[in-house]
Amino acid sequence: MNTPLLSIQDLRKSFGALKVTDGVTLDVPAGELHAVIGPNGAGKTTLIHQLSGSLASDSGTIHFDGDEVSRLTMPERVRRGMARSFQITSILSGFTVLENAAMAVQARSGSSFRFFGRAGAERRLNDEAMAALDRVGLVDRAERRAGSLSHGEKRQLEMAIALATGPKLLLLDEPLAGTGHEESAALVALIAALKETHTIVLIEHDMEAVFQLADRVSVLVYGRVIATGTPEAVRNDPQVRAAYLGDETEAA
Amino acid sequence: MSASEAAGRPVDQVQTPAKRGRLFGPGRRLAAIVIFAALALLPLVANLIGDPFLVVTATRIMVFALAALSLDLLIGFGAMVSFGHAAFLGIGAYAVAILASHGVEDILVQTVVAVAAASLFAFVTGAISLKTKGVYFIMITLAFGQMAYFFMVSLSAYGGDDGITLDRRSTLLGSRLLSDDIALFYALLAVLVLAYLGLTRLIGSRFGRVIRGTRENPARMQAIGFEPFRFQLTAYVIAGAIAAVAGVFLANQAEFVSPAYMSWQRSGELIVMVVVGGMGTLIGPVAGAIAFLLLEDWLAAFSEHWKLGLGVLLILLVLFGRGGLAGLARRLTGGGRA
Amino acid sequence: MFNLFLLQALNGVQFGILLFLVAAGLTLIFGVMDLINLAHGVLYMVGAYFVAAFTAATGDFFVGLAIALPAALAFGILLEVLIFRHLYDRDHLDQVLATFGLILILNEAVKIIWGAAPMSVPVPDALSGSIPLIGFLRYPVFRVAIIAAGLFTAVGLWLLVNHTRIGMLLRAGASNAPMVSALGVDIRRLFMVIFGLGAMLAAFAGAMIAPILSVEPGMGDQILILTFVVIVIGGVGSVRGAFVAAILVGLVDTLGRTFGPILLGQIMDASAASQTGRTIAPMLIYILMAAVLFFRPTGLFPARGAAA
Repeated sequence: MNTPLLSIQDLRKSFGALKVTDGVTLDVPAGELHAVIGPNGAGKTTLIHQLSGSLASDSGTIHFDGDEVSRLTMPERVRRGMARSFQITSILSGFTVLENAAMAVQARSGSSFRFFGRAGAERRLNDEAMAALDRVGLVDRAERRAGSLSHGEKRQLEMAIALATGPKLLLLDEPLAGTGHEESAALVALIAALKETHTIVLIEHDMEAVFQLADRVSVLVYGRVIATGTPEAVRNDPQVRAAYLGDETEAA
Repeated sequence: MSASEAAGRPVDQVQTPAKRGRLFGPGRRLAAIVIFAALALLPLVANLIGDPFLVVTATRIMVFALAALSLDLLIGFGAMVSFGHAAFLGIGAYAVAILASHGVEDILVQTVVAVAAASLFAFVTGAISLKTKGVYFIMITLAFGQMAYFFMVSLSAYGGDDGITLDRRSTLLGSRLLSDDIALFYALLAVLVLAYLGLTRLIGSRFGRVIRGTRENPARMQAIGFEPFRFQLTAYVIAGAIAAVAGVFLANQAEFVSPAYMSWQRSGELIVMVVVGGMGTLIGPVAGAIAFLLLEDWLAAFSEHWKLGLGVLLILLVLFGRGGLAGLARRLTGGGRA
Repeated sequence: MFNLFLLQALNGVQFGILLFLVAAGLTLIFGVMDLINLAHGVLYMVGAYFVAAFTAATGDFFVGLAIALPAALAFGILLEVLIFRHLYDRDHLDQVLATFGLILILNEAVKIIWGAAPMSVPVPDALSGSIPLIGFLRYPVFRVAIIAAGLFTAVGLWLLVNHTRIGMLLRAGASNAPMVSALGVDIRRLFMVIFGLGAMLAAFAGAMIAPILSVEPGMGDQILILTFVVIVIGGVGSVRGAFVAAILVGLVDTLGRTFGPILLGQIMDASAASQTGRTIAPMLIYILMAAVLFFRPTGLFPARGAAA
């Protein structure tokens, strides 16, 4: 396990004069849960977009599982094992919960240029989809229309879809966004369980959850990583405290 | 797909307004059986009431039903508002006329050529159009349709603006079977039913599921590893090919082909049939074609300015009615969601 | 040969100017309101009919024009209030259907009011005759007047868009409509102004062309699709793009029809060249559109999507 599963080198992205990602370098070894935190506008979501491939980087490289993926499209990266969840729930509301997950299984199981057999009746797709639903605890909702789920359940489905793509790495973009206390606790338990089987990059505002889950934490401020380390080390880093408390003199 | 859309917008909330119930529920299957059975019995009825022209009218209606059915794959299931669909109808019709003028009269050969030509045209223009979206896609498909129209208008070797009259209908494996109106009627009905069943299967297949998923949330589909473009382009080619088959029958029914078949008003009318009938239902557009053409006949008998009435109906439908005939039927029977 | 080229180039510019007048309003309607309006072409037709009717009634083209323009403006605003206002928040399919319906209505309505036969408008005396170009070559004054009026309008629009408050809102609206309404601007009034202005410009084009073209039902349909080509090439929402693309389309179409067969004549025999040329020429602008889209999917001067 010498080479990290995900290796980011000097990644950059500007919108006009605004440097949103300003030379980010980061290694995530296999098996790690790496949290990225930072104040609003630090560029966390942009970083996820660049990693997942929905946004092209200006420069820098991303290596995944030994290969450079910086120039690949999002679907190509997904097929190599990088799956993301969305900050704002993005599911197929008109499809059943099972179909949402089965669609993700279908994407990696054989050609989808099949025009006649009933996809909904494919045992293998449904079985694997059920397995993903089982992990997030949505089995009893399988036949429900995804749009009719509660907010917390939609967040769970979001994870199940990511899992169903068969990923090695999960990019979770604020999975707790908008959830209530109980829903949030359930999701934290779920992520803790996923950590046992997957490498995870987690972006999250909820500090309590981050310090509870993360093996290592990187702090992003104005597109730069100002600190990386164990939760303890980061928590006590003076620069980080300054950034979060907004104390400019100490930060400089 | 722009990054900002992939990022922030909760796409699944803005697109497809009212969700249809289950895919092809019993109501829809019943409607399909009723419509196709009624069509199958029509020649007998025509014979009983002594009105052979009924069969001719019904053949014409089925041509457009087939074209509207294929357009539903794009508009109803793929959220691709194509405004150039009549071009494929015209390509099919001209394949018959041009081949016949060179002595190739067999309908099977003509159909193969029609499908090949339409597929090629769909592949090239679709590949360009599908790189864009929204108003661009509508305008570009319209422009390509118009390009095909002008091409045929200026092709004076094959009648140009005036069109070209067929000496006789196509042959089927050497026989003159299709010269009989009733034989042509049943041949087309068979093709229509086959297309309906085939598309029904296709919608439920792996491919159809990807198309439907892309309609609802393209960002999500990309995030699980699908390239929407390849699937949309394939659907565009399939729809074009089916419309070309409709064109083959149109040429045979009218025994005349002209660029007017490809005019942009025709494309607009096909969209109207799909939407009025209820898009995303397959049988809806068939009903829509029947309703549209009967209404056209009825209004035309009523006044020479029938298009005025049609225009008013369209605007009223958009402003006050939703879901087309299928939605109306649902509301009347009190079933399904609003 | 050069003389022919010069004449056809001027005709191309004149045609382009006409396309620009129709496209300028429509590109803003697409760009700012995200509304697909198929019925913009019929406003061009309505302008032609208005000027024909008012000229016949008053006996003077200029008086007819002076009445036709405010009448078209009022008509545009009436349509906005009655129909378009209710379409802004609908999906594109609804907009396509409703505006398609509107085309059917207006095409039929002019037939009912003025008959199906083409009407003609005499060229006004003040603008009849021709002016010398070079040598023996002369060019009709009226066509020069169209070019001048179009350029004048283009400059006026440029000033309006770049140097007035309304123009600032237009530009902001074309790149980010929600932001403009978030700034507290009365977006409904802005939309109504754009729509009325666009209707008047299209009607102006129809009015100017009326004396050299026959005024007939359906005349708006052909120009509509050419206008779409112009807007797609120029970039939705960009008046500057519409101008460049309109002149380009006007030139390519006019020169292509004349010189296509001549150029082809160099490489094949005359009758084949003439046949091929006449077949290919009408397709040139669509091929141009496809080529532009292939390299720049959002057109030459995209107003929207720069940040996307």
